[in-house]
Amino acid sequence: MTAENAQNVRGSVMVVGGGIAGMQASLDLADSGFFVHLVEKTPAIGGVMSQLDKTFPTNDCAM
Amino acid sequence: MELANRKATYKPYAQAIPGAFAIEKLDKAPCRMACPANLNVQGYVQMVKAGKYREAIEIIMRDLPLPGILGRVCPHPCEKSCRRLEVDEAISIRELKRVAADQTDLSEIPVPDVEPKGDKVAIVGSGPAGLSAAYFLALQGYKVSVYESMPEAGGMMRYGIPEHRLPRSVIDREIENLKRYGIEIHTGTAIGKDITLEELRDHGAKAIFLGSGAWKGLKLRIQGEEAEGVYDVTSFLRNVHLGILKKLQGRAVIIGGGHSALDGARVALRLGADEVHIIYRRSLSEMLAEPEEIEEAQNERVKIHFLVAPLKISGENGKVTGIECIRTRLTDPDTTGRRKPVPVEGSEFFIEAEHIIPAIGQEPDLDFLGKDLNLGVSKWNLLTVNPETLQTSVPWIFAGGDAVTGPATVIEAVDAGKKAARYIGKFLQGETLPTEWQEEPPIGTNWVEIRDDEPTLHRMKAPTLPVEKRLFGFDEVNLLADEDTARAEAARCLNCGGCCECYECVKACKAHAVTLETHQQEEQLLTIPVGSVILAPGFAPFDPSRFDTYQYAAFPNVVTSMEFERILSATGPFQGHLSRPSDHQAPAKIAFFQCVGSRDINQCDHAYCSSVCCMYAIKEAVIAKEHAGADLDTAIFFMDMRTHGKDFDRYYNRAKDEAGVRFLRSRIHTIDENPETHDLIFRYADEKGDLKTETFDMIVLSVGLETPEFLVKMADRLNIELDADHFVKTGNFRPVATSRDGIYVCGAFQEPKDIPYSVMESSAAACEAKGDLMAARGTLVQEKTYPKERDVSSEEPRIGVFVCNCGTNIGGIVNVPKVAEYARTLPGVTYVEDNLFTCSQDTQDKIREVIEREGLNRVVVAACTPRTHEPLFQETLRDAGLNKYLFEMANIRNQCSWVHSKEKEEATEKSMDLVRMAVARAQLIQPLPQPTISVDNKALVIGGGIAGMTAALGLADQGYRAYLVEQSKELGGNALKLIDTWQGEDITEHVGQMVKRVTEHALIDVYTESSIKSSDGFVGNFETTISKNGSDISLKHGAVVVAVGAEELRPTEYLYGQDGRVLTHLELDAAIKAESPKVSGAKTAVFIQCVGSREPDRPYCSKVCCTHTVKSALQLKRINPDTDVYVLYRDIRTYGQREALYREARRQGVIFVRYSLEQKPVLEKGTDAVSVTVRDHILGRDILINADLVVLASAIVSRDNGALSQMFKLSLNQDGFFMEAHAKLRPVEFATEGIFLAGMAHYPKPIEESIAQAKAAASRASVVLSKEYITVEGAVSHVNEVLCRGCGKCVDVCPFSAVSLVEREGGKTVAFVQAALCKGCGSCAVACPTGAASIFHYDDQEVLRMVEAALN
Repeated sequence: MTAENAQNVRGSVMVVGGGIAGMQASLDLADSGFFVHLVEKTPAIGGVMSQLDKTFPTNDCAM
Repeated sequence: MELANRKATYKPYAQAIPGAFAIEKLDKAPCRMACPANLNVQGYVQMVKAGKYREAIEIIMRDLPLPGILGRVCPHPCEKSCRRLEVDEAISIRELKRVAADQTDLSEIPVPDVEPKGDKVAIVGSGPAGLSAAYFLALQGYKVSVYESMPEAGGMMRYGIPEHRLPRSVIDREIENLKRYGIEIHTGTAIGKDITLEELRDHGAKAIFLGSGAWKGLKLRIQGEEAEGVYDVTSFLRNVHLGILKKLQGRAVIIGGGHSALDGARVALRLGADEVHIIYRRSLSEMLAEPEEIEEAQNERVKIHFLVAPLKISGENGKVTGIECIRTRLTDPDTTGRRKPVPVEGSEFFIEAEHIIPAIGQEPDLDFLGKDLNLGVSKWNLLTVNPETLQTSVPWIFAGGDAVTGPATVIEAVDAGKKAARYIGKFLQGETLPTEWQEEPPIGTNWVEIRDDEPTLHRMKAPTLPVEKRLFGFDEVNLLADEDTARAEAARCLNCGGCCECYECVKACKAHAVTLETHQQEEQLLTIPVGSVILAPGFAPFDPSRFDTYQYAAFPNVVTSMEFERILSATGPFQGHLSRPSDHQAPAKIAFFQCVGSRDINQCDHAYCSSVCCMYAIKEAVIAKEHAGADLDTAIFFMDMRTHGKDFDRYYNRAKDEAGVRFLRSRIHTIDENPETHDLIFRYADEKGDLKTETFDMIVLSVGLETPEFLVKMADRLNIELDADHFVKTGNFRPVATSRDGIYVCGAFQEPKDIPYSVMESSAAACEAKGDLMAARGTLVQEKTYPKERDVSSEEPRIGVFVCNCGTNIGGIVNVPKVAEYARTLPGVTYVEDNLFTCSQDTQDKIREVIEREGLNRVVVAACTPRTHEPLFQETLRDAGLNKYLFEMANIRNQCSWVHSKEKEEATEKSMDLVRMAVARAQLIQPLPQPTISVDNKALVIGGGIAGMTAALGLADQGYRAYLVEQSKELGGNALKLIDTWQGEDITEHVGQMVKRVTEHALIDVYTESSIKSSDGFVGNFETTISKNGSDISLKHGAVVVAVGAEELRPTEYLYGQDGRVLTHLELDAAIKAESPKVSGAKTAVFIQCVGSREPDRPYCSKVCCTHTVKSALQLKRINPDTDVYVLYRDIRTYGQREALYREARRQGVIFVRYSLEQKPVLEKGTDAVSVTVRDHILGRDILINADLVVLASAIVSRDNGALSQMFKLSLNQDGFFMEAHAKLRPVEFATEGIFLAGMAHYPKPIEESIAQAKAAASRASVVLSKEYITVEGAVSHVNEVLCRGCGKCVDVCPFSAVSLVEREGGKTVAFVQAALCKGCGSCAVACPTGAASIFHYDDQEVLRMVEAALN
């Protein structure tokens, strides 16, 4: 981003997708002082990971 | 395969966030769209299914006031469009309406409370059009009077439709019901005779609706029609009903093919006619009456003559003697598709008859209107109206039904009445009415998908009165179906529209969250200005139904890996019991097929490897065995086993050696099914090419990851470049930057990848966006402020208890009022209430108000789990000026209503116990301070390789100073020795640019030839001493990034170091860079993979070597195309899109030979060449290769990280790499707060992944650095130094490195808790032998008081 644009930037970010990646990006941004619009097409965030049973290598419950 | 059985109102899964339900609305069901009156068919059919007949009628009566009548006589166009026809037969919709009507007492349907509008409306005619208009006007609040010329109301329904089809009791009942809506019906009042329209207006009617019908029978216009014994069907039926005509003798001939022809015929039979004939000039298929009715008429011995037309009626003495007819034939369909009947010459014949009843149509008799009003009438003698509003040429007169359309069906008349009512209402409100027909929105076809395995079920058959009992009178022929049959019929409905709009949820929702208004919500287009966009839309699992090979669509026990995850899941369709779909039995043998939809250009065009399938298949196999026991046989059929991630190979080895999962290198041939058992017979070629057969109970397809079509379109809309595989195009040095400035990508949309890598990339994308928007940080967020905390130290406990019903979730089981009443009796309790939903926003406002009003100083909420809800209530306390630790929760949902749902009384008792315990503890809890510690917003980055430099830049670009410490002379690390990335970017050039940026950046201080000497402090406040050229420099900083990298193993085998022709990867790269003749002159080159990796003492994959090898092999081919290149490998792990290089290498003639760990290649030093002997598994014999260049893909090993790990209290894994806080969810953080991890110090990885991880570390570190101060939790551990012996047990057990030993004055060593690091887990309090360590908010006294209360 060029220097002149940096003066007029908006302190908000749109994150498209509420899966594990979208949620992490949103948290990083919101926790650092940026307003986040998290857009998800289904009624709940969580994405594919919430459908998984366990995850390796620890066999932890994916929820 | 459909494993889900989701309703239209659903929550994606039990723990879904937001924890709310969604309602799935698709396009309106086709039955509804086909209904002239737009009845919500799906809605009432669903209600019948549930046995809720009254609710069904309530739904019907939204659109139709005459359910029992239409339930009998409607020609049901809805059934023709029923999608059940695609499976078997249409739902018997009309019959279900009748069942609902006959099972419901209409007087129980509440009349809605409407505000009276005052205006009067007059309705002319009490047929279906008039009654509907009256009903819908009454619902709007108008005062309605209906004027009927006949002695009884009902119009054609009463005087046209015979009683055997529509009993008079049904008509009476439904008309009587309308009177409850305030509708007055004046029968025997003929307009034009008893009263005129103008007089009605003069009496106060502000508008008039004409629904006078079409009562005049059309003439045949043939000779003899005037004879006695000829009557049109309308007057015939009317006279029968009026009792004028009671008997019929002799034979009757009815002319026509519609409903009234059949009605006339069947009535004639019932009146005693000897024989009844129908003549119809077309054939059966053109008949307008329904087939069932034709069949019933024929059962009753009505004789129907098709393709016969009347010629002339014969008579004697003015009385009918018969009718002369002629046979017809049908022409070919004309342009409108209609086939015209034409007479067949010479086919005349005669039917003897005493009665001739033409039933060829009716028209309105409009004489009663007179001429004064000058109402418009068409040339067909029909009233002309505006087609949309049904307004006539006189503005205050509207008209509808048969008087406007000519004879039509009851349901069409109902719709006309409804429509007219709507526009009369608008007219009376003074609204401007549309002048033209309003186009309806097009019918969408986005309906619920019909399952492939939808069972074939026959349409119900309603019983009929036996023929022999019918003809003596007018008993109803069609009988009421029994409830079981009707409900089973309703259950056949496919629910095409998703939500059936029964609005039962509106009634059920006690929180009033679902309302009729929320039901009307529609898609909205929003424009949101943002500074940056991060795309994390994920992937779609490959759909294998397009492959015949795998028989996924055909055999029920072939499932995808995603479905198998659901089968294994406790919240899945089988509650976690491993079962196969065909018979829900536990499988004994399961096969997993790898690379379904991956590494395949023949069938699916997905050349790439999906990276994650090998690992998840192994996991699924292992978990399946955990579920089902060790006897379960699991076999994974694969090409290359790609377990290249951190600790993945260990898991693979355990699966093979400990869990007994079978791994078979193979090619799939065919799958067949035993049709009886649904077992799967599988043929495959093993590695040698031999064909084998094995039977499995179940096959799991390890489906790959792909970009769904809608994301391709989204990328196009966003102007983001995708690659040929439909993944977002990125460079290895900017792995999350898309082709468009300011838009970043992370996760599987960039390339198939696993969870930790996706998480890393998402933080990396956040880092990029934060860098871009640095100047606007904090401008759009506001920090919340709280009122000053009230000092409660001198107050007696005043405890408020709030008991939650949670709708019916708790209140349905636990007697909540009783629990609340009990709470009132407990000591210290001064206020109690029970709430429907204690967590709702209005209850929060109320709790705050109550705290202030009642002066409460402790709050107990008896509801659900503190895990999800404690922070919410603590926030409310803070808003009310109370310290958040003055709060306590009793979990009467999970621990009472859920687990004791069958023992209501005991659940209530237990709830009272839990509340007593909570109140007991609440008396002791104290406010706790939450001190704040300022944060030093500088970072220390250890390691000056690509990862360290990227992390430093990521921080500095966000405005934070970074100290970059590198032990060698120059920045760049391993990258300085590499040539290019797998995508072909020049590494030297890029690293050079990166070094330049780092050294020139105003916010980065570089310390080369420096090492870390010591470090002290904690998150936000570290102090580290580095040593540079023998002098110490002290640095203060708030965060640390560890990016010390890793190094190439120096092999001890394969003649390495003994023969100059044997090189490592990095040495080969150096030789290529130096244009060494070793490379250009090589006639035969051999690469040996897994040198030092995946060995018993180093059981991990070094991840980068396979890609490096195929890239180097191609480079050798480029330098000298004549060089023969061999790659000796165990599994080729060119994961993701790196697979393209592997394919290209094979295409260019690189020969790949697999060897096993048991039979590793043997090298012998010769003068001309190094002889390499390797056992070929396909040929089953040794091959000898004389090589003049041997390249060892040697392992990547960790550096000596011991000192650093000690200094910062960081864990290392068995291989010496740093251990992250959580393998999946916190891949760049350490368990110790404020310290982050990037690059190969974590695990071997390529440049793009190191960069992503380094940016992620910078993002995570900047979360810490962006804060001015850190708030320390109050519920932390503390040590009573008098009791402490300094044994250090607490130091050993603390998982967060929060406890250390310090020396106090006088030389006493005691434990000290750094509150900023403590998470309050309590491990130290448990470990402490003297009781010196304890946790605030959970001390012994508080806990023991609860125990006492429990035992009381």
